[in-house]
Amino acid sequence: MSLQEFMNGRQHEMEAIVIGASAGGVSALLAILSPLPRNMRIPIIVVLHVAEDKQSKLAEVFAHNLAPPVVFAQDKAFVVPGTVYFAVPGYHLSIEKGRWFSLSREEPRYFSRPSIDYLMMSAADAYGSALLGILLTGASEDGAEGMACIASSGGFTVVQDPDEAEFSIMPQAAIDLFTPQQILSLQQIRTLVFLLETVNVG
Amino acid sequence: MPKTKDATVDIELPLLMEAIYRRYNYDFRSYSMASQKRRVLHALRQLNCASISELQARILHEPEFFSRLLQYLTIPTTEMFRDPEYFLALREKVVPFLKTYPSLKIWVAGCSTGEELYSLAIVLKEEGLLSRTLLYATDINPAVLEKARKGIFPSNRIRTYATNYRAAGGKYSFSDYFTAAYDAAILDRSLCENVTFADHSLATDNVFSETQFVSCRNVMIYFNHDLQERALRLFHESLCHRGFLGLGSKENIEFSEVGSLFEPLDKPWRIYRKK
Ligand SMILES: C[S@@+](CC[C@H](N)C(=O)[O-])C[C@H]1O[C@@H](n2cnc3c(N)ncnc32)[C@H](O)[C@@H]1O
Repeated sequence: MSLQEFMNGRQHEMEAIVIGASAGGVSALLAILSPLPRNMRIPIIVVLHVAEDKQSKLAEVFAHNLAPPVVFAQDKAFVVPGTVYFAVPGYHLSIEKGRWFSLSREEPRYFSRPSIDYLMMSAADAYGSALLGILLTGASEDGAEGMACIASSGGFTVVQDPDEAEFSIMPQAAIDLFTPQQILSLQQIRTLVFLLETVNVG
Repeated sequence: MPKTKDATVDIELPLLMEAIYRRYNYDFRSYSMASQKRRVLHALRQLNCASISELQARILHEPEFFSRLLQYLTIPTTEMFRDPEYFLALREKVVPFLKTYPSLKIWVAGCSTGEELYSLAIVLKEEGLLSRTLLYATDINPAVLEKARKGIFPSNRIRTYATNYRAAGGKYSFSDYFTAAYDAAILDRSLCENVTFADHSLATDNVFSETQFVSCRNVMIYFNHDLQERALRLFHESLCHRGFLGLGSKENIEFSEVGSLFEPLDKPWRIYRKK
C-alpha cells in the first residue's frame, strides 16, 4: 500500500505519532522503529509497560538499535520533532497543549504507570487531528480509551491486527470499543510509519 | 459550529480554576493541565456532579464541598525515604556542609503527610544535627498538614520504609523510631520537636525565612513553566549564600531562568546548590 492508501490522504496533517505497547511490545517496537532514518520527520512518543521497580534501560537499549535520537521524555521538556521518546517507568506521561511533557504520580491505571490511555488522551488534546495513534500487542486493556479519544478528536488511529499480535487482548479491547481507521499487520505498520517519517511533505 | 462535549470541558476547566482562586485564593491556574483535567474529571464522578459547571456552582456556595474537592486536586502520594539514594546523597554530599553551620533552617515545601519531612529529621538526628535545626514543613492542603502533625503512619507501610531506610544509609534499627499501636506506628515525638507546620502556597505566598536547605520533591512536576519559575524564585530568595536545593528524581529545571542560578551537586538525584 502507498501512504496515500494507508492514510486516506491525511498524511500531510500528521505532526506526531503516539504508540502504546505492553506484553510482546519490545520486539514489536523494534520491528517498527528500526528502519527509521536518523533524520526522521515527526516525533514518536512511546508508552511501553514495564515493571516499575526495574531501573529501566529502555531508552538505552533502543538508542543502541535505532538511528534517530532516542530519549526518555523529561518533565517540562518541549517535544522535539524527529525524536523517539519513551515514558519513564513509575510516572504517567502527558503532553500539554503547549507541546511539552509533564510527568505525574497519580495511581496506576490498569496496574500500569505509565498509562497508555493517559498519554493518548493528553496527546489527543494537544494535537487534535494532527495525531496518529498506534496500539500494539499487549495483555492489558490499557490504550483502548486513549485510542478512542484520539479518534474522537479527529486524529488517525491504527490498531495491530489481534490475529497476528503476540498478545491480542490490548488491540482487541480497542477494536471492541471503537472503529479504528486501520487494522494492520506489524509489517504494514512498519511500512506506514517509515513512509510517514520520510515523506516529503513540503 | 457548536463545540463538542470535550471542547466544553476545555472551557469549564479554566473557569473552575478561576472560581476557586477568586473564592478561596487557592491558585491552581498554572498547573499542568493534562493531569489536572484527569483529576477534575475523576472528582466529578466521585462527588456526583454531572458537569464541571455544576461542580463550580457547588464549590462557590459550599466551602465544605470545596474542601472535599481539594483532596482530589492535590496529589498526596509520598513515602518515607522515597528514592533512598536521594537521602544517601544528602548524607554524603550535603550533611558535611550543613555541619559547618552553628544553627540550621530547613524548608520542606509540599510536605504532604510528613513522610519526607520525618525521613529528613531521622537523617539529621543520626548526623547529630537535629537539635540545632529548625524545620519548616509547608503544604496547601490542611488535611495532609494535620496528618503530618500527628506523625502516625499505617503499620503495614513500615516494612517498605525500613527497607528504604537501610538503602538510604540508615545506621540503626528503623523500628526504634516508632511505637507500635494496633495497626498504626507512632513516630518518636523527639523527631517533631523542632518542626513548624504551616499552610503555605508556592503559587501565592512569599518567602518567610532564610534557609540553608530546601527540599521540594514531586511538587513542581504538577506546575507549568511559569509556576515552576515562581517557586524556584522563592527557593532562591530563601536560600542563604551557597544554600542547597533538593528536588524529586524526575524533575527538570533546565527550562527555567532561575534554574540557571543553581548548579548541580548530585545530578541523578537532583541536588543543587545556589551559585
Ligand atoms: C506528591 S506530594 C509530595 C510529597 C513529598 N514531598 C514527597 O516527595 O514524597 C505533593 C504535595 O504538594 C502539595 N502542593 C500542591 N500544590 C502546592 C503549592 N502550590 N504549594 C505548596 N504545596 C503544594 C500537595 O498538597 C501535596 O501534598
